[in-house]
Amino acid sequence: MSSTFETVSKIISETCDIPLEKITPESHAIDDLGIDSLDFLDIAFAIDKAFGIKLPLEKWTQEVNEGKAKTEDYFVLGALCGKIDELVAAKGA
Amino acid sequence: MRLEYFQMITRVVSFDAQAKTLTAAADVPAESPVFEGHFPGYPLLPGVLMIEAMAQTSGWLILGLNRLTAMPFLVGTNITKMRDFVQPSTPLVVHAEMVGDGSGYAVTKAFITREGKKVAEAEIKFAVKTFPDPKFALMIREWGERLQFPFEKLETA
Repeated sequence: MSSTFETVSKIISETCDIPLEKITPESHAIDDLGIDSLDFLDIAFAIDKAFGIKLPLEKWTQEVNEGKAKTEDYFVLGALCGKIDELVAAKGA
Repeated sequence: MRLEYFQMITRVVSFDAQAKTLTAAADVPAESPVFEGHFPGYPLLPGVLMIEAMAQTSGWLILGLNRLTAMPFLVGTNITKMRDFVQPSTPLVVHAEMVGDGSGYAVTKAFITREGKKVAEAEIKFAVKTFPDPKFALMIREWGERLQFPFEKLETA
């Protein structure tokens, strides 16, 4: 069974045509990988389908815009995978 | 259809909140300035307007499912196919089904039929955003009334 990071990095690689080896848990989706908001919609759709969850993108964006969170809290891939694991665990609870 | 105003749907035929589907009638007019250029002497409904018809049908589906609380904006299409030419004076039926309902985005699959035969299809992506102002929301509501959108069904959506 693939780890969360393996699944997410494969989705990003295929969606944005980024070589898999360039994607690490420390990669910032926006600053390092250059993923824009439109590509992120495709990534969110693929992640939602793969994990059976609903990434709360609107809530995260609002928190960043209001200064309650930093973009790296959600858009560094290691942190993103942690949030995905939390959502998956909450779904099964 | 009023092609020159980008009003692609004639009326909403059905909306099923449980199945997350919507069907609309789109009657291609006999005459339009669009046909004068596309093409002179050989009028055809442009493929981009078929995509727009599928996008607007999908848009009404999304609006119905979110009870007109947020506006879908077209941001992309996948797997788009134009299977046949469509001439003036053609009644079309446009079908849309929700396949991805996320936070701030939606994805639909849509297709157009003529006499039961598929003439176009696409997977369509939308950013779903808060209405920019109340007047915009009211305009959409009034547009829906003109299209006979079954607002009474929003109670069960």
